[in-house]
Amino acid sequence: MNPDYGQSDSVPTALIILFYAAPFIALVVFGFIGMFAERSHYKSIRQREQNGHRIPITPTRTLEPDRSVAESRLVAASVVVSLDYFKRFLANLRNLIGGRVRSYESLMDRARREAVLRMQDECPDADMILNFRMETSSIANTRGKRGAGGVEVLAYGTMVRYAAPETTPPKLS
Amino acid sequence: MNDLILTNLETVPGRRIVEHHGLVSGNTVRAKNVGRDIAASLKNLVGGELKGYTELLSQSRDEAVERMKAQATAMGANAIVNVRFSTSSVAQGAAELYAYGTAVRVE
Repeated sequence: MNPDYGQSDSVPTALIILFYAAPFIALVVFGFIGMFAERSHYKSIRQREQNGHRIPITPTRTLEPDRSVAESRLVAASVVVSLDYFKRFLANLRNLIGGRVRSYESLMDRARREAVLRMQDECPDADMILNFRMETSSIANTRGKRGAGGVEVLAYGTMVRYAAPETTPPKLS
Repeated sequence: MNDLILTNLETVPGRRIVEHHGLVSGNTVRAKNVGRDIAASLKNLVGGELKGYTELLSQSRDEAVERMKAQATAMGANAIVNVRFSTSSVAQGAAELYAYGTAVRVE
């Protein structure tokens, strides 16, 4: 007969519950942190896309032939982003039934827009970026499994700065 | 070596190509270190940008480009056109970054 039996048992029970609930608590906590991080990232992307002079980008390879070029060089920028714990869990669930994996869609969108913004920041004095290309590769995670560690997006192109603003009016055809 | 012009077009805009030297390339295989790996796996829980990896990959890419430039300089070229990048994972936790292009001489 131990009068403390009921009291001493209550602590381990709480610990056991905590032990099994920990992954779900982590899911919720990291999910919320990830959600806020994503929101603030999107906010900063939108802000940077709107304000300031944004250089026109084109995937074509030709430029205006009758303007002289002062400078041209390769510009490249990359970014690596990954999903949070909760969204990865959702994506894994989605894998079972198939369909649109929204969490990855927004991840790719963020990565691409961020890479483009960084590339533009590399050449603030450019008039145009020609032959724009993007490359995506998935980075393996710590245990060597592919795809879960994040994605890398590389954006590159050739920046062109024209010699002087056009003084003659364009020819009428 | 800094006066080499790199573009991913077929020509250097505003310049005329006078001589072709052929293909030049540079590669590097990099593995991430343990410290970065641990930091990145923690960052992986909350998602977002993995700055350590971004930095590592851009450093490696610069290294590959530097090697390509060195090859072109040795050939006597002063520009590299049609530059391309490619990434492939060769082993667990290691990636190869490869840059290639055509070394040319422009006037």
